[in-house]
Amino acid sequence: MRIDGYGHRISTGAASFTFNGRTIAALEGDTVASALLANDIRLVGRSFKYHRPRGVLTAGSEEPNALIQVGTGDAMLPNIRATMQEVYDGLSTRSQNHIGPLERDLLSLNDLVWPFLGAGFYYKTFMWPRPFWERVYEPMIRRAAGLGRMTRKASPHESERAFAFCDVLVIGGGPAGLMAALTAAENGAEVILADEHPHPGGRLLGEDETIDGAPAAQFASSITARLKATGKVRVMTRTTVTGVYDDLNFGAVERVGSHHAPQPALPQECFWRIRAKQAVLAGGALERPIAFPMNDRPGIVLASAIRSYLHGFGVVPGDKVTLFTANDDAHRTALDLMAAGVEVAAVIDPRHDAKAQGDYRLIAGGEVIDSKGRQALEQITVRHNGKTEDIATDCLGLSGGWNPSVHLTCHLGARPVWDADRHMFLPAPDAVPGLIPAGAAAGHMDTAACLASGVDAAAGALAAIGMQAARPSLPEANEDAGDSAPIWSVKGKGRAWLDFANDVTTKDVRQSAVEGYRSVEHMKRYTTQGMAPDQGKSSNIAALAILADATGRGIPETGTTTYRPPFTPVALGTLAAGAQGKGFAPERKTTSHAAVTARGAPMIEAGLWYRPSYMPLPGETHWRESCDREVAMVRNAVGVVDVSTLGKIEIFGPDAAAFLDFVYTNMFSTLKVGRVRYGLMLREDGHVMDDGTTARLGEHHFMMTTTTAAAGQVMTHLEFVSQALRRDLDVRFISATEQWAQFSVAGPKARDLLNGILDTPIDDETFPFMACGPVGVHGVQGRLFRISFSGEHAYEVAVPARYGDALYRDLVARAEAMEGGAYGMEALNVLRLEKGFITHAEIHGRVTAFDIGMQRMLSQKKDFIGKAAATRPGLLEPDRERLVGIKPVAAGDALLAGAHLFNEGADPVRVNDQGYITSVGYSPTLGHGIGLGFLKSGPERIGEKVMMVDHLRDVRVLCEVCDPVFFDPEGGRVRG
Amino acid sequence: MANLTATAPARGTDITHGAARLQELPMGTIWAVMPFRGKTGAVSSALEEAFGLSWPGPGAFTETGDTRLAWSGRAQAMLMGPTPPGGLSDIAGLSDQSDAWTHLALSGAASTQVLSRLVPVDLSLAACPVGTSLRTSLGHMSAMVLRTGSDRFELLAFRSMAGTMVHELDRAMRMVAARAARDAG
Repeated sequence: MRIDGYGHRISTGAASFTFNGRTIAALEGDTVASALLANDIRLVGRSFKYHRPRGVLTAGSEEPNALIQVGTGDAMLPNIRATMQEVYDGLSTRSQNHIGPLERDLLSLNDLVWPFLGAGFYYKTFMWPRPFWERVYEPMIRRAAGLGRMTRKASPHESERAFAFCDVLVIGGGPAGLMAALTAAENGAEVILADEHPHPGGRLLGEDETIDGAPAAQFASSITARLKATGKVRVMTRTTVTGVYDDLNFGAVERVGSHHAPQPALPQECFWRIRAKQAVLAGGALERPIAFPMNDRPGIVLASAIRSYLHGFGVVPGDKVTLFTANDDAHRTALDLMAAGVEVAAVIDPRHDAKAQGDYRLIAGGEVIDSKGRQALEQITVRHNGKTEDIATDCLGLSGGWNPSVHLTCHLGARPVWDADRHMFLPAPDAVPGLIPAGAAAGHMDTAACLASGVDAAAGALAAIGMQAARPSLPEANEDAGDSAPIWSVKGKGRAWLDFANDVTTKDVRQSAVEGYRSVEHMKRYTTQGMAPDQGKSSNIAALAILADATGRGIPETGTTTYRPPFTPVALGTLAAGAQGKGFAPERKTTSHAAVTARGAPMIEAGLWYRPSYMPLPGETHWRESCDREVAMVRNAVGVVDVSTLGKIEIFGPDAAAFLDFVYTNMFSTLKVGRVRYGLMLREDGHVMDDGTTARLGEHHFMMTTTTAAAGQVMTHLEFVSQALRRDLDVRFISATEQWAQFSVAGPKARDLLNGILDTPIDDETFPFMACGPVGVHGVQGRLFRISFSGEHAYEVAVPARYGDALYRDLVARAEAMEGGAYGMEALNVLRLEKGFITHAEIHGRVTAFDIGMQRMLSQKKDFIGKAAATRPGLLEPDRERLVGIKPVAAGDALLAGAHLFNEGADPVRVNDQGYITSVGYSPTLGHGIGLGFLKSGPERIGEKVMMVDHLRDVRVLCEVCDPVFFDPEGGRVRG
Repeated sequence: MANLTATAPARGTDITHGAARLQELPMGTIWAVMPFRGKTGAVSSALEEAFGLSWPGPGAFTETGDTRLAWSGRAQAMLMGPTPPGGLSDIAGLSDQSDAWTHLALSGAASTQVLSRLVPVDLSLAACPVGTSLRTSLGHMSAMVLRTGSDRFELLAFRSMAGTMVHELDRAMRMVAARAARDAG
């Protein structure tokens, strides 16, 4: 029912949306909940377990009942609180958790068998036969239970993430928050004021009060205007602060586009990370319902929510209202409704000395003990003076008192403190350093105290960051919140709900205690109290009060469960905004990317890099066809491949050579300028970290290459060594990976090709194997290295990356004219396997230099990282698994990487394991498969037969152990 | 002899959404200058003499005309514009980094809002005045951010990541522009 003349949040503009396909007329500014109530739609969903009819309980983000699906198709979001979702033209919403129409849910049968469905029912009932759990029971239960539905695909609507910084973050824009923001801003602080609703004001928008003689809502808007006028305050509306993390980092969710018809590029939500120097928690308090039998019908609403709907939206959730409360504050609901012309049938107050504040029927000392109504409330039963009385009513307002919103003060581990006088948990002192509670969140229940407390909190925050704190004058406001008495539950026949969202009743909590789950944390898990999307905001305190009663302990001894972030549910799509698909990680592309993809090369990922797998020619139908051709091309003519992805670190300084001596196992100070040397790098634990070549470009200038995979790790390692271990060495280094486009030109015709592009031709004398130096490439200053990863006469030529695309295309064209061409990673791998060169498949982190046959590279003449550890007993034992070559005895058999090796005839079980294969390929040069692997006492077993066993793929191949160098063991080809 | 054509990392990107514009800057010259131990003063004097640029403190850059010296790490700054003067290599490591970067400018009234989607640093003029040089992250990418004007930033990330860099900035720009359109409409 809509009441004229009320509604701070709505305008006269019409908006219409659909609920379960039915078109609902609403006003701009309405929430789905207010619009449904305005249209007298009170049944909004079905409950979790019993599938009971449920309606709107609250007017805020704590709503446990009115959870709806919003949107259609893949854009649908479940469990959206109808109390927070604002309407717009075209909005589509649906109720949840029913089979068939909402009004005739088939699963409401559950409600008839409720005596069997109490807490622990599933644990006890579906125990056996055991295999039935996974196949029968669980799918059945999952279908019947659960709130809302998942979509299977990512939402087409995107969200975003952002960062914000401020001196003072004020959480909540009610009276305390507004005054805190004002105080902070007027003293010059940069302030962020975050409020969940479209307009700041908090309870001021839901009450009939005056502040400084003006209506409270008007006060809120005038303070908001003053805040904006300071130029110091970022007012973030529709923003829920969801968590506080170390060092006053906050998470917050802002609804950006979810209250609008979809607009291109407009994000649905924004996940903010806010860094504050100080913060004021002015999140208010949440009213708690009362657990009386059958207290869950649509039409049973929190007393304060009734005032919020009336003043905020001009909506009353019924024609004939009753109230059940034990505090004076809630009596205001009756007064406000009567002023709006709504009939108040009775106010039931269990306090015998309760006084009526106006002309309504007060039943002092009374309790509501039952309710009736098939799909919504029609009648309540009241017990007073030893008799019962039925009262017809379609809306019952509840107020069991208030719970300060202490949640954020507990996010870093603190527990709230019970205040016996006010019957509420309050924030522990200094629970989160720098987060100062204010207003109702700090237990202040009257408006004047809230306003003053906001000023105090801001003054404290300003003092903490060394700012002065002039105090604004305090407005005049209501100073009396009235008396109150605690009421948690009413004894009586039938179920009394605590957690509406998870269908937990007082009986479940008592049952939990009876069965021995007496700790509040155990009770929570046993009953699922507080584990629904609302996290028990309106029920946890009452549940623990009942547990306290059932176990004969006090409330403080019983304690609360742990409050964890997020304060309200956050969609994963919002948390991960921008990180879907390729947003997950940056793509690194080489300068030859366009050229190789134009040739149809399938790309493989190497870390973040994309590299061509092979370069298919027209007519080639299988990758092996291309790979074999490319290998032969390199062996017989010339091939070109982009090797820019290898890490390149440029090292300078008077002590650069000494530095390299310390990080490499072998000597670099003896390397001549203009020469390159292969180096091996260990970790401190003596195992191999990385390998690569380092070129000496000048006396104090080196260029180190790392493997593609370990480039970052090696850079970090060098920084650590330089900054922490060898501060005595004067050395500077920087990554140059991105600066240079570098191409390997390999094969017997490599030099012929290069002499076509170099400004000055080279020969064996000017450029022997392992030479390096500056060269002119088509007039561009480049660098040339005569090194080989294929065993062929080969070079790596580098030019500044801007010329990479042009040079690659030129090199490939020239190679093709010489019966060569481009090759990819598959061929590169086969070429290095034929030569027994290792990669990180072999140096995988668990092998030593000894294991890979490089113990002679551990210099005796100097110290180096990992030296001591590499010689520990056990790391030099001959029977360690050591590097060998492996080939199949029958040439046609294929080897498998990852397969294990066993002695011929041995049972292929773990205890008989002799080693494993790390890399495999087919060598077109040799005409059979080849592999590298590690085998116990490997080098001493050359010529032996071993059995390759792959249990996963169920393959066995008899193999021969051989030297890791399959091709050109003398190395004649590489010298040209 | 063939001529090698230079290719810009971001192919000359120039995008405008709302009040933000993203442009690739012309490929220029950038050298990392890394003074050897105890030589920062001498390096600073040499650069002062050659270009009128003093060695920047951490988190800052100095500039005169088209020449700039931007702090980029411990004992390291990027000389942008000219090549280092002769003799500097005796007292500092000098590494050509001209081609290592995708170098973009983000300008316009919405530029700070756009960057605050991607850069986890306080970009207010109080905390990040004109003349600031930051090593930080841009989305998932390591980046340098130079505040060259109250509404202008220069952004440098790995050359190989040009595609991702432009994509992420473009996305942020679209979303910020869409917010502005929401608030205007």
